Amino acid sequence: MAKFTFVGGIHPYDGKELSKDKPMKAVLPKGDLVYPLSQHIGAPAAPVVAKGDHVLAGQKIAEAQGFVSAPIYATVSGLVKAIEPRRVVTGDNVMSIVIQNDERYEEVEYPAAVPAERLSRQEIVDRIKEAGIVGMGGAGFPTHVKMCPKEPDKISYVIANCAECEPYLTSDYRRMLEEPEKLIAGLKVMLLLFPNAKGVLAVEDNKPDCIALLKKLTRREEKISVAALHTKYPQGSERHLIYAVTGRAIHSSMLPADAGCIVDNVDTVVAINRAVNEGKPLMNRIVTVTGDAIANPQNFIVRIGTNYHELIEEAGGFVREPAKIISGGPMMGFGIFDLDVPTTKTSSALLCLTHDDMEGQEPLACINCGRCVEVCPGRVVPKLLAELAIHQDLEGFERHDGLECCECGCCSYVCPAKRPLTQAIKSARKLVLAEKKKKQQEAKKS
Amino acid sequence: MSELRNVSSNPHIRDRITTSRIMLTVVAALLVPACFGIYNFGFRALVLILISVASCVLTEAVYEILMKKPLTVGDFSAVVTGLLLALNLPVSVPFWIPVVGGVFAILVVKLLFGGLGQNFVNPALAARCFLLISFTSIMTNFDCDAYTGATPLASLKAGEGVDVMRMILGRTAGTIGETSVIAVAAGACILILAGVIDLRVPGSYLISFSVFVLLFAALSGRSVGGSYLSAQLAGGGLMLGAFFMATDYVTRPVTKKGQYVYGLFLGFMTAVFRVFGASAEGVSYAILLGNLLVPLMEKFTMPRAFGKGGERS
Repeated sequence: MAKFTFVGGIHPYDGKELSKDKPMKAVLPKGDLVYPLSQHIGAPAAPVVAKGDHVLAGQKIAEAQGFVSAPIYATVSGLVKAIEPRRVVTGDNVMSIVIQNDERYEEVEYPAAVPAERLSRQEIVDRIKEAGIVGMGGAGFPTHVKMCPKEPDKISYVIANCAECEPYLTSDYRRMLEEPEKLIAGLKVMLLLFPNAKGVLAVEDNKPDCIALLKKLTRREEKISVAALHTKYPQGSERHLIYAVTGRAIHSSMLPADAGCIVDNVDTVVAINRAVNEGKPLMNRIVTVTGDAIANPQNFIVRIGTNYHELIEEAGGFVREPAKIISGGPMMGFGIFDLDVPTTKTSSALLCLTHDDMEGQEPLACINCGRCVEVCPGRVVPKLLAELAIHQDLEGFERHDGLECCECGCCSYVCPAKRPLTQAIKSARKLVLAEKKKKQQEAKKS
Repeated sequence: MSELRNVSSNPHIRDRITTSRIMLTVVAALLVPACFGIYNFGFRALVLILISVASCVLTEAVYEILMKKPLTVGDFSAVVTGLLLALNLPVSVPFWIPVVGGVFAILVVKLLFGGLGQNFVNPALAARCFLLISFTSIMTNFDCDAYTGATPLASLKAGEGVDVMRMILGRTAGTIGETSVIAVAAGACILILAGVIDLRVPGSYLISFSVFVLLFAALSGRSVGGSYLSAQLAGGGLMLGAFFMATDYVTRPVTKKGQYVYGLFLGFMTAVFRVFGASAEGVSYAILLGNLLVPLMEKFTMPRAFGKGGERS
C-alpha cells in the first residue's frame, strides 16, 4: 500500500527557484579533462590507454575490474596527458586519467542501435554494464549489479527516483520536464528485465508540472504509473522512497530487491535508455550550478571529466564571494576547499553559498529536546548514538541501531545546540562497518 | 593557484533554532502566569521573581567565572529556572528564600552535575522541594494581603466546598504562578504554538491523573464527581507542573513512548500523593520522582528502527 510519505524528515529552504526555470544547456569543456578511476562503489577501473595515446570521445579508457565495478569513457577527443593521482571532491587524491582536450570533439562510431525489445535480458544487462552506468543520484553503485537480483521474477516495482528532495538541486527536474520521453523509455527498458514489475515514476509534489506531464505521457502505458509523493527531505532516500511508494520497509542490511523493488535515479534511467536504445556509453550528466554566489545559476549538460572551474565560469562566475562551496546538495554533498576538481558520474550539483551556516558555530550542551528523534527518518535516537560514537562505544552504538542511520543529516540540521550529530554518527558507522568487513575477511581466510 | 575554502562534513545547512531562542520562548510563556501572579498578589510578587531570577543567573555566572569555565548565562536557561522557582513560592516568603532556592537549584542541582543538560532532576523543582522540607512553615504559609486561609486544594482535602470558577480564573491563595488555570494555559499555548513542547507529556499526565484521582478518591470513600475532578485539575500546581515542569527537556524521556509512560507515571503518583498523602499537594514530588526514573523509562522504550518495525510510529 502506497504511503506517499514517511515518518520524520524536515522542510529546509529549498532554493530551487534559483535554477528551476533554466533549460538544460550543453557545456563544451576547453581545458584538460580528468577521469578518476574510482567514480563508483567497488573496484577502481583499470586504464586501457597509455600516456601519449590519442583518444576519441566515446572511447573506453578504463576497464571495469570485476563484477562490482564500471568502465570509464573519454568524453572529448585528445591526447592522454598523464595517468596520475588527482584531487577529487572528497579531498582525496585518486588515480586518474588526464586527457588534453584537442577541442575537436571527434567521436567514435557507435554500434548500430537495436531496439531493446529485440535484445535478450542478458544483452540488456551487458549493454548497461558496458556503458559504465552507475547510480547517478550520488551513491555511484554500478547499475548492472542492481539489474541482476537473485530472482528477477520476484521484482514487483521498478521505481524511477524522481523525488529530488535535496534543496537547490534542479537537474532531475529539468530532465523530467525537457526529456520525459527518454526517462520513460529508460524505465521501459528496465521493465523488460523484470516481467512481473510495474514501473513507478516517483515525484515529489513540489513539481506539479512534472507530475502532470509524466501522467499525460504515460496515460496509455499500462505498466507505468506516476506517484506524487509529499515533499519532504529525505524523500529521495532509497529505503524511504520504497516505503512511500509501496508501503514496504527494509532495514539497512537489506537490498531494495528484498522488498521486490529496483530503484534508480532519473539521470541513471535516462543513461540506461541511451546505452540500450542508442548504444552510447555514459558520457555526460546534468549538473545544477547554483547558489547565491553564482551570477547566473544554470542546469548544464556536462561532459564527465570537466573541471569545476569551467562550470563556474560558464555560469557567469561569482557575483559575491562564496563562503562555502559544495559538490552536491547542502544536506549530503561534500564541502570542497578547492574548485580544481573534475565532474564525475555522481556530481549532481555545484552549490556556492555566500553564507556558511557552520562558520563560528560552537556546539553547545545537548538539552535533550528530542528534535533529532522527531525528525530522524531512520527512527533511531541520534543524540544517544552521537554520545556513544563520541565515547567510542561501538558495541553500544551497534546495539542501538547506529547502522540504521542513512546519514541524511536531519538531526544535525534541527539541533538547537548545533551539535554535529550526523558527523559523529557517520564516523562511528565507518568504524563499525570497517570492523565488520575485517571480521568477514578473517572468517573467509580461516 | 586555488585558494582554500571552508569545508565541513554534511549537512552544510542548519535550522535557525537555537538553545537560547528556545529558552527565551519559555521565558516569554512563563511571563504570562508571572504577570498574573503580580496582578493577583501585588508588587511583592514582582520583587520575589526578580530576586529569584537574579540569584539563579548570578550563581551560574559567579561559579563559571571562579571555575574558569565558559560563561553560559547567555543560553537563558538560568532565567527559566529562576522564573519557575519564583512561580512556585508563596508570596509571603522572606526575600532570602528565593536566594537560597536559586543557589541550590543552580549550584547543587545543575552545575555540580555538569551544567545544562546534565542535571537529572528539574533544578527549580528540586529547589522548591528542598525549601519545602527545610522551611516547611514558611513555604506553606499562603496568608497574604489578598488572601487568608487555606488553598483551595487544602479545603478540598478537608472536605469543604470550593469555588472552581475562581480557581480557573486564579483568584485564590497559592504560589505566585500556579493559581490561574487560564494564565498557565495561555503560556502553554505559546509553547505549543512555537513548537517548543508537544502534548505527549502534559496530555498523558492530565488524563492519567484524572483517572487515578477519581479512582483513589472513590476508594477512600469520598463522593466523587465532575466538580471534584475539575477542582483537582484546576487546583495546586498541576497545570503549571504539567505544562512547564514535566515538559522540561532535560528531565523527561527523549523517546516518544517514554514520554507517554512518564506522563502516565506522573499522573499516578500525583493522584497517590494528593489523595493518600499528608499534604494536599503532590505535583512537585511526583515530577521529581518521575525525573529519577527517566533513564529506566528511556531504556525500555527505545524506538525500533526504520525497516525493523519503527517505520509506522
